[in-house]
Amino acid sequence: MVPLRRELGASYAFVERNFRAVRRYWGWEVVFLFHSIVSALTVAYIAPGGVVVAGQQFDADRLILFLVVGTVVWAYLDSVFDSVAFMVSWERWEGTIESTFMAPIRRVTFIAGSSAFAVLYSFARAVVILVVVALFFSLDLAAANWVGAFAVLAIGSLGLLGIGIMAAALPLLFLERGSQMTVVVQASLLLVSGVYYPVEVLPDWLEWFSVISPATYVLNAMRAAVLDGVTLVDLLPHFGPLMLITAVTMPVGVWVFGWAERYALRHGRLKRSG
Amino acid sequence: MQPAVSIDHLVKRFDPAGVGGAWRRALGRPLKDPIVALDAISVQVRRGEVYGIVGSNGSGKSTLARVIATLLLPDSGSVRVFGHDVVREARTVRRFMNRVSVEASFFKKLSPLENLTFTARIYGLPAAEAHQQIFEILKRLDIEEKAIRRPMDQMSRGQQQKVAVARALLTSPVLLILDEPTTGLDPRSKREVQDFIREVRDTHDATVILMTHDMDEAEQLCNRLAVIEKGRILVEDKPSALRREGETLEDAFIRLTGHAVEVHEPDETAAGGGG
Repeated sequence: MVPLRRELGASYAFVERNFRAVRRYWGWEVVFLFHSIVSALTVAYIAPGGVVVAGQQFDADRLILFLVVGTVVWAYLDSVFDSVAFMVSWERWEGTIESTFMAPIRRVTFIAGSSAFAVLYSFARAVVILVVVALFFSLDLAAANWVGAFAVLAIGSLGLLGIGIMAAALPLLFLERGSQMTVVVQASLLLVSGVYYPVEVLPDWLEWFSVISPATYVLNAMRAAVLDGVTLVDLLPHFGPLMLITAVTMPVGVWVFGWAERYALRHGRLKRSG
Repeated sequence: MQPAVSIDHLVKRFDPAGVGGAWRRALGRPLKDPIVALDAISVQVRRGEVYGIVGSNGSGKSTLARVIATLLLPDSGSVRVFGHDVVREARTVRRFMNRVSVEASFFKKLSPLENLTFTARIYGLPAAEAHQQIFEILKRLDIEEKAIRRPMDQMSRGQQQKVAVARALLTSPVLLILDEPTTGLDPRSKREVQDFIREVRDTHDATVILMTHDMDEAEQLCNRLAVIEKGRILVEDKPSALRREGETLEDAFIRLTGHAVEVHEPDETAAGGGG
């Protein structure tokens, strides 16, 4: 029990430290949040713009809500992925990777702490973005099932964390290119997950990739919960693929991270040169 | 009596091709020879002593420090810290060991208090006790109270390095690895850090391994010294025994290695085998 409490305390250390770092970089945080809000608004205005461009009426309100859910959920998922996938790069950039990896804690404690920070930080950002965007549009959210939406986000986060942990291992294998590869993974998820459009509009070969992206299921389930107010019971079929993806990506992610760390320790790649 | 650190025929090579090496090998392309950073090193460090390892940049000092600190896996040979193998029992070794490197590695936007609180938490120290200890150690290091709460990037390198030593002490290590802790510091900061190391030596029941290229520092602080060159220990003895009559330790180093100490600034230190 004591070792578990100790590991939990150590996990919390990463949450606390990372939030303190966010507070110290508050200027950049404000700028990034402003950028995310403006991006969300820009995407949402495509709906009323579409009515003008197409020259014919369609349910623009539903499209606005479709796009807002897409942008806000993506802002959350992207931020979770970003925070987790760059946990090694961040430590390396700050110059603390060796002191962190030398601490007498399980590596999973480091991963859990970084992941918990990622979820809390990203959730707070997503809420701010949603509130601000909602002020610009008269969104009809009366039918939304918020409990269901929250459950979707919680379960969906786990599958994405698994992929993020795998991506976090890349900088341990490739000092410079590892971070670049992480960005490629992130961008690919945006393309195939149906953030701004249903995945059915993608070419068949590209649509196939949407099947393995947890973001696809999160977005579908979120839209069902928020746009259509689907009950928690009716959302259950969406949870199946998410839980399956989590069951695969989480243990594989942790294993890959451990393997990559051993590689880095063998080849002297923990710390960046110069 | 069991030694604090027992190193037996330790070998560490670095493949310059990295991950690409496997591809080059598979494609039958020529590979660069691996760099031998540690060449069958055997050392016994006694409990409670300050053991110095002196050498130029690239001699293998930092690689050796990293292997002992569980930050590098050896290719062959073994390293035992208080009887525990650094590979098989890495987490146990980490519990009673700490390392101060040439760069003070902190979240520079955070304050010393925030950085040290983080360390206290990951080492499982009780919060209240740790908080009190942090203030005590930082005060002993002459770090002003207001600076304790200010971002570390507003401190001089010397002060940052003192906080790094304080961080190591906070975890009460029985083995302290100091990997060029004074390199690149101005004379005043250097002296302050050295004074603090001396205090640690005199007041703590810790074994210290000091990697340095500063011969005066080595002579003043170390009970025994090893001269390392191209990954090999050339000689090991008390500083006074390494010198011949009329020689300084630097003269002795030149006599033993055939050249003066070559030093690069900390930023130029390589990842795997900095020194």
